[in-house]
Amino acid sequence: MRIELVRRPQRSALFSAVSPLIALVLTLVAGALLFALLGKNPGEALYYYFIDPLRETWSLHELAIKATPLILIAVGLSICYQSNNWNIGAEGQFVIGAIVGSILPVMFPEFQNWLVLPLMMLMGMAGGAAYAAIPAYLKARFNTNEILTSLMLVYVAQLFLDWLVRGPWRNPAGFNFPETRRFHEYAVLPEIWAASGRAHWGFIFALVAAILLWFMLSRTLAGFEVKVMGQSPRAGRFAGFSSARMVFFAFLVSGALAGLAGVSEVSGAIGQLRPTISPGYGFTAIIVAFLGRLNPLGIVAAGLVLALTYLGGEAAQISIGVSDKVIRAFQGLILFFVLACDTLILYRIRFIGRKAPASSEASHGHA
Amino acid sequence: MGMLEAILLTIATAATPLLIAAMGELVVERSGVLNLGVEGMMVMGAVTAFAVAFTSGSPWLGLIAAVVVGALFSLLFGFLTLTLVTNQVATGLALTLLGLGLSGMIGEGFVGLPGVKMTPIYIPVLSELPLVGRLIFGQDPIFYISLLLVVAVSWFLFRTRAGLTLRSVGDNHNSAHALGIHVIAIRYAAVMFGGACAGLAGAYLSLVYVPQWVEGMTAGRGWIALALVVFASWRPLRVVAGAYLFGAVTIGQLHAQALGFGIPSQLLSSLPYLATILVLVLISRNRRLTMVNTPASLGRPFVPDR
Repeated sequence: MRIELVRRPQRSALFSAVSPLIALVLTLVAGALLFALLGKNPGEALYYYFIDPLRETWSLHELAIKATPLILIAVGLSICYQSNNWNIGAEGQFVIGAIVGSILPVMFPEFQNWLVLPLMMLMGMAGGAAYAAIPAYLKARFNTNEILTSLMLVYVAQLFLDWLVRGPWRNPAGFNFPETRRFHEYAVLPEIWAASGRAHWGFIFALVAAILLWFMLSRTLAGFEVKVMGQSPRAGRFAGFSSARMVFFAFLVSGALAGLAGVSEVSGAIGQLRPTISPGYGFTAIIVAFLGRLNPLGIVAAGLVLALTYLGGEAAQISIGVSDKVIRAFQGLILFFVLACDTLILYRIRFIGRKAPASSEASHGHA
Repeated sequence: MGMLEAILLTIATAATPLLIAAMGELVVERSGVLNLGVEGMMVMGAVTAFAVAFTSGSPWLGLIAAVVVGALFSLLFGFLTLTLVTNQVATGLALTLLGLGLSGMIGEGFVGLPGVKMTPIYIPVLSELPLVGRLIFGQDPIFYISLLLVVAVSWFLFRTRAGLTLRSVGDNHNSAHALGIHVIAIRYAAVMFGGACAGLAGAYLSLVYVPQWVEGMTAGRGWIALALVVFASWRPLRVVAGAYLFGAVTIGQLHAQALGFGIPSQLLSSLPYLATILVLVLISRNRRLTMVNTPASLGRPFVPDR
């Protein structure tokens, strides 16, 4: 049997909407198989992954905490990917944003007033943007492949953080543990609703960023420019758009948002710098961006779904002893299914070699 | 064994996995496909090789299993990008993320266990030669495979009809298709070859380089291999030069860490990554060089019109 693609006359509106859902269903099926292979009851495992964390208010707060960096980063990446700039180094921009945003509470702990938090957020954004400017500059100036440079800078940023917290920034009163001093109260992002849980203001930032970028992408000339430069750079140049400027725009915006995510995470959730401050948010955000169809509002939903896999992974580890390593395999599967299902938007799939060329598209996608 | 000999020997061990993975990716890219999943296929190879060698006691079985798993894993990428025509960059990233996740899951029970090291082959008499003896005639088997691979790939790409066909597919898939060449079948074969090489490179890491399993032990080597292909402007012999240059940087920084010098070890550890950026910039500045050698259809989707 052979598979053949037939191009649709236009994008299928139906599949644009449902393909992420099909992908999620397929991921659940694959996940159930995976758990069965691991010798666990699939129903029970999926319950702990996807239902249990949603049952209590405090864990909804935890969901918001995990979703915050994912949404912030992925929203920025959506501009990059729509304009064909492949920034895959958001993890590094996240780390540098966290470091630059922590300068005030770590190096000037006596400086304590209400100005500290806004300054930290701005410095975090500036740090992330500056770090993202490196691959942007190299791409615009020398035509250097931004995928490879932005990724290499992730390792460099992580090593730099490691050096800081073991060396110059180590807490002088911290018994030699590799961590900075704890942030003072003026440097900690407050909870949104402290009476019910830990979720901090970072989540509000994420929602605001998503709405602003959705507006920018769908309602302004700048957003149009992003899409034109992504789909047809040649047409963009005729329209007078500059591709070098677009490279910088996309990288600086996504870098700033990744930096904001970094400083929000250390200020709101961790309260100090440590050698590792992210379980791979910068990479998981790539999955979030695609699952959200590169649409900032879709990304909010996708960010919550992926955040659920982190929480569910913890719940499943505690309750039925499934290793937390399963989470990342699971997340990888989601991206595969999303990409495979997106084919249905542009193409009709025909199976050749059967009696009648079936058009049962939904049955397809067992990647 | 003198100091210099020891250093040269370790440079070869640092360069070999890069060389093998890059050689596979070179063939893939020559066929017009950009597979960014090298890191994922490599780490799958590493965990497979370790697990099979540990369970069976035979490093050779581990090696074969890694090659097979690498090829099968790449098939996932092939199916999506070639049959379903998904975006190659995104799909390659997906392969890397899935590989890192799956390998962590598979390898969890093997963390901290002693590995099975592949023993070097000592060619009698020749390996006793001063300086170059052990370096050329007393290495592990995969080192020799890597050299054979370079010769085979160069010969195949530039001296055989099949190699010419593969390059034509990479340069202009529409013309190749019009000539009756089965573009997609050739690309499937190339992708699987790349996967097999990445699996072998991963096996080298967990059977020879550090015979143990550590999660994410590839540590960006798959990405460096991708950079090497660009650095080499898609030429096999230049990949050898690039891989050994990187081997030298890696080993150099390790020795510098051992000696101290008061330089932070983290700065030294980041040197291979910074060096990658530097060489990429130097190469891509030269637009004419990259334009001439880049396979013209690289990364472009292909849907045959009947």
